[in-house]
Order: sequence, then structure tokens, then C-alpha cells
Amino acid sequence: MAIEDKVKEIIVEQLGVNADQVKPEASFIEDLGADSLDTVELVMAFEEEFGAEIPDEDAEKLTTVGAVIEYLKGKGLSA
Amino acid sequence: MRKAVVTGMGVITPIGSTLDSFWASAKAGKSGVCQITRFDVSAYDVKIAAEVKDFNPDAFIAKKEQRRMDMYCQYAVAAAKMAMQDSGLDMAAENPDRAGVIAGSGIGGLQTLEIQHTILREKGPGRCSPFMIPQMISNIAAGMIAIDFNMKGPNYSVISACATAAHCAGDALRLIQRGDADIMIAGGAEATICGLGIAGFASMKALSTRNDDPAHASRPFDRERDGFVMGEGAAMLVIEELEHAKKRNARIYCELAGFGMTCDANHITAPIEDGSGAGRAMSLAMSEAGVTPDQVTYINAHGTSTPLNDKVETLAIKRALGDENARRVMVSSTKSMTGHMLGAAGGIESVVCAMAIRDGIVPPTANYEFPDPDCDLDYVPNTARQADVKVCLNNSLGFGGHNACLLFRKLA
Repeated sequence: MAIEDKVKEIIVEQLGVNADQVKPEASFIEDLGADSLDTVELVMAFEEEFGAEIPDEDAEKLTTVGAVIEYLKGKGLSA
Repeated sequence: MRKAVVTGMGVITPIGSTLDSFWASAKAGKSGVCQITRFDVSAYDVKIAAEVKDFNPDAFIAKKEQRRMDMYCQYAVAAAKMAMQDSGLDMAAENPDRAGVIAGSGIGGLQTLEIQHTILREKGPGRCSPFMIPQMISNIAAGMIAIDFNMKGPNYSVISACATAAHCAGDALRLIQRGDADIMIAGGAEATICGLGIAGFASMKALSTRNDDPAHASRPFDRERDGFVMGEGAAMLVIEELEHAKKRNARIYCELAGFGMTCDANHITAPIEDGSGAGRAMSLAMSEAGVTPDQVTYINAHGTSTPLNDKVETLAIKRALGDENARRVMVSSTKSMTGHMLGAAGGIESVVCAMAIRDGIVPPTANYEFPDPDCDLDYVPNTARQADVKVCLNNSLGFGGHNACLLFRKLA
């Protein structure tokens, strides 16, 4: 599965949103109804899925779906 | 003095997860006890419990919300939603500052603790959920219910083990009497049918080990009783100031007219042998309501089916009512059917009292076969009874020596 699809799947599952809402420009908090605790849990789920450590200073910048995908790709990770 | 009445009820129980199905089962003496299906019990001495079987969280709680709620909290919110619907209250037409919630859980989110502790051990602290704390604390249900209904008045939890829901309802009565609120949702919830829950109570030798005959394992006041059966679920009551209820033409089940609370101050888990603690709680509830022992129609006993509780509670009833009235009054333990719903017990048993008053029917103590010389009252064995139920007492006694007694009365 491509990184995009896996990220999408995790977001749909964790935030209880529809897949078509999970667009690259969608903001977790503004568009997908997440609160601060949701975003912490999301980052944990990405770490778990992709076997990566995401430091807090990086996590703070991952506010949109696209930012997460670019970040994970930039780390050379795959699902 | 401001009076409080019950105007709505919602339940999630091992014998039915609507008010109607629960009450039908309770009147029929139906047992909700079965082999435990939630986890592998092969290593456990206790293999039975009263599990909730027909709970559909999707009917009450959005998927995303479910993920951040312990099972106990899901039960609590579902029961509160049914209670509010039953009450006919429209919060959009009410002052939110005058509505509150007192809801608790005897133990809280034990299943969450179990899961998160395993994650801590296996994956380290960085993988523990940010929702772990809000999921497991025993007061979160009260907060969640307030969010659902926009209730901005008094909101907290009373935690007193198996007396939790009774103390919550009793405190709701006090707040209404004092004028702090006009509408209160009150009750309790529990979901501890998990490894830690069963292991902990089994080690205390508190649970029945009648594994080969689950339906007959919870047998309060019967000579062959050997411990309680763990139940689970929730019960919430809408308790409303009488004039407020009348003004909106609410359907009123009964008055919550008295609340007595005491402590044994004796032992962490064993009741004081002479029944004085529970007895005094009953006396205080009657005294507050201006009721004399001869006026009590029915007592919904704590009746856990442990050897000691049922014997001591029988003594307590005699102390509070006097020998003659104790022998006349109908006493039953619906834990014979629901198992012991722990922090929710005082709630579901308040529901039983309200329904007994509404319908003029006293539900039985199921599984009553062999008389015990230490338990010599009328326990309404096995068959429901018709009666003009005017005054009910509901006893709830918790580890810690907590005793709470609620008095429900038919509205004149």
C-alpha cells in the first residue's frame, strides 16, 4: 500500500471521518474535527505504522494530511 | 421544602438494555448470568459473570467518540441518553445552569488500564494513549453526559464502591432540595468483566464459583449461596424538582423522598456483624421522609449473594423496621438476575423501586430454593408479586463500610 493510502486509512479510523474528506490540504484540527489529544494519538499511530520516531518539534508542524505524507516520504519511509 | 421526583430512567443491563426489556426480565425472574465470553477464562477460578449482551454503542455514540471512551463510560452515556428521552425533557427549552449530573463508577475504566498497562510494558511509555487518563477516571462519564446535553450546573461523581449510584442519586436529591439545580441526571456505571476485575474479586473469595450452573449462581438469601456474580452496565435517573416537573406536565414515576448514609467504620470489606450501619441508613431515610416502618411496602435489598452480606442485611432490616414489620415487608434482591453491577447497582435498583411503584409489582429474588435460618424474611421467592407499592427502600452497601439507603414513595 502506498504511504498516501495508509495515512488516509489511519486518519479515517482514528478521527471517524469519511475518506473523501481526507484531502492533502485538509487540516486535522480545522477540517477534520481533531482536538489536541487526537493529534497526539495520530502521530503515535503514524510512528507505530511506519516504524519511525517523530520528534515533538516535527510533530507540531504536521498539521495537514499532505504535511504528514511529505514528511514520511522525506524520511524515506514506506508502508 | 423542595421535593424531588423521578421523571426519566435509562438502563443497560445483563437482562435487557431498554427500560421495558429490563423490567420484563426482572418481573420474570430471568437470569443474565453466563459463561464469560469477553476473555479467556481457562486460568481463572471464576468463569461466570452477567455480561451485557445486547448493547449497540453505534445507536448512542459516534464512532470517533467511542474510541476515546471506556466501556463503562459508553454504558453511562447510553443510559443517560435513554433516561433523558424517557423524561421528555428538551434541554433547548431549559436553563442549562439549572441542570446537572452526578454519575460515578465504583472502579472506573479498568479495561482501559489493563490495555494501556500492557502497552506500557510491551512498547514503552511513548505509546500510552493520550486518552488513557480521561478514559479511565471514574468521573469522566458525568462530564461526557453534560457535554451531550449542555448541562452546566453541578457536575461531579461520588465514588463509594457498590454504593456509588445510590450516593449519586442521594446527592442529586440534596442539590435539588437545596435549590442548587432543578434537573439532575444521577446514577452509576460499571464495566469490570475483564481479567483484572475477575482476578481481583476472585482473590477476595467474594465471587461465586458455581461455574457449572451459571443461571443459578446468584442466589441471594438462599442457604447455598457462595458469593456474588459480577455484573456490569449502567442505570441513570432523571431526578427533577417536583414543581418543575409539574409545570411541564412530566410523567412522574415516584418521589425520591429520603436518603440515609452511614459508615460501618469497622473493616475494609466486611460489614459490621450486627447490621447497625446499614440499619441506621434505612432509619435515616425513613425519618427524612416522615415514614414509619409499618408504611414500607418493599425493600430492594443490596442482597449480593455473599454469605455474610445477606445475613447481616437481614439483621439490619430487623433493626431498622423492628421484628414484626421486618417479617411483613417484601424484600427482594434483583442481583439474583442482573448479577452485581457494582457502581451501577444502586442505580438499577432504584429503577426497580420506581417501576415497582408505577406498576404495583414487586420483582422476585430468583434462584431461591433452600431457606437459611439466618435469612428469615419474605424474600419474594422466584415469582413476582402484585401489591400496591407505596414506599420502597433501596439499600446499597459498599466496600469501605459505606451504607446508603434511598426511599422512594408513590406520589399522592
